[in-house]
Amino acid sequence: METFYLVGTMALVTFLIRYLLLPLSGRIELSGGLQRALRYVPPAVLTAIVVPFALIPDGRELQFSLSNPYLVGAGLTLAIGWLSRHLLLTIVGGMVCFWGWRAVLTLGWI
Amino acid sequence: MATNRPSRRRSFYEGMRDTLPLIIGAIPFGIIFGTLAGGAGLSPAGTMGMSLFVFAGSAQFVALGMLANGAAWPLIALTTLVVNFRHLLYTATLLPYLQRLPRKWQIALAFGLTDETFAVAVRRWQAPGTRADDHWYQLGSMLFMYVNWNLCTIVGLVAGRLLADIAAWGLDFAMLAAFIGMLIPYLKDRPNYCAMLAAGASAIVFHGLPHKLGLLAASLIGVAAGMLAERCSSTTAENPRLEG
Repeated sequence: METFYLVGTMALVTFLIRYLLLPLSGRIELSGGLQRALRYVPPAVLTAIVVPFALIPDGRELQFSLSNPYLVGAGLTLAIGWLSRHLLLTIVGGMVCFWGWRAVLTLGWI
Repeated sequence: MATNRPSRRRSFYEGMRDTLPLIIGAIPFGIIFGTLAGGAGLSPAGTMGMSLFVFAGSAQFVALGMLANGAAWPLIALTTLVVNFRHLLYTATLLPYLQRLPRKWQIALAFGLTDETFAVAVRRWQAPGTRADDHWYQLGSMLFMYVNWNLCTIVGLVAGRLLADIAAWGLDFAMLAAFIGMLIPYLKDRPNYCAMLAAGASAIVFHGLPHKLGLLAASLIGVAAGMLAERCSSTTAENPRLEG
């Protein structure tokens, strides 16, 4: 029963967040300024997810060092993305860089 | 909305095609979710229920972490609200496009408005020129993500015992790489760079806030920084904005 409430409330909350503005949209009008601001939603939200993921991979402390493969991997992934502008290449290349760097660290070459 | 079937189908497939790279990033994440759920005390039915009805990766992972720590369901539901609150911004961003659609389309597309589908669909909606089939494009993207997410959850559940140490493999980096990939279109001008820098720095500063509130705070600060930079650059130079 606990599980039922858990999944049910999570589903309801998530759906309402994603949906609720739509039926209201006829009655509210987004100002031009707000519409311009919303263009920065994707880069802002994605960066706010990515940066702690790379810098605080254990969720506890900041690891600003070359021995953090998430940070090195993220940096190289970003470089590939910036240079190539190609999504698939960025994801696959980034994963190869991450595992490569992890192997380098594991083997103790650094 | 008078469109013909071939063009709908084409939009649908294009939505799937453009989402494919992000699927690669989501596969390990879905498998890891299915693998870890049992250890956190969630039954197989509850695990599938989450992927089928909640369909929100980051909130599902946060819920597992809280379950493992013995949190009660109302607190987990509240945290889900905070973690997923960014999706309200997504709906607001797509509002001018989605509000034209019939109610059943709005319900379907809202249900599947994940980070990935938003990142793919917003580019399509905002591209110059209007196409009447863009909602089919978004539907293709979300259904592809949905089927994949649930299949991966099943794989994780079934293989959970065989892959007991899968969390240590570093497969979670695939998700990080996918999210960095989604940032590529925004690496283009000063306001976007300012939004990203401010959001990234704030996300570190506010990381200690409970229930992932830092994510929300950092997102809003990033949006504000982007606006501010846009205002500054438009007063110094009157050149037209590039839309990439």
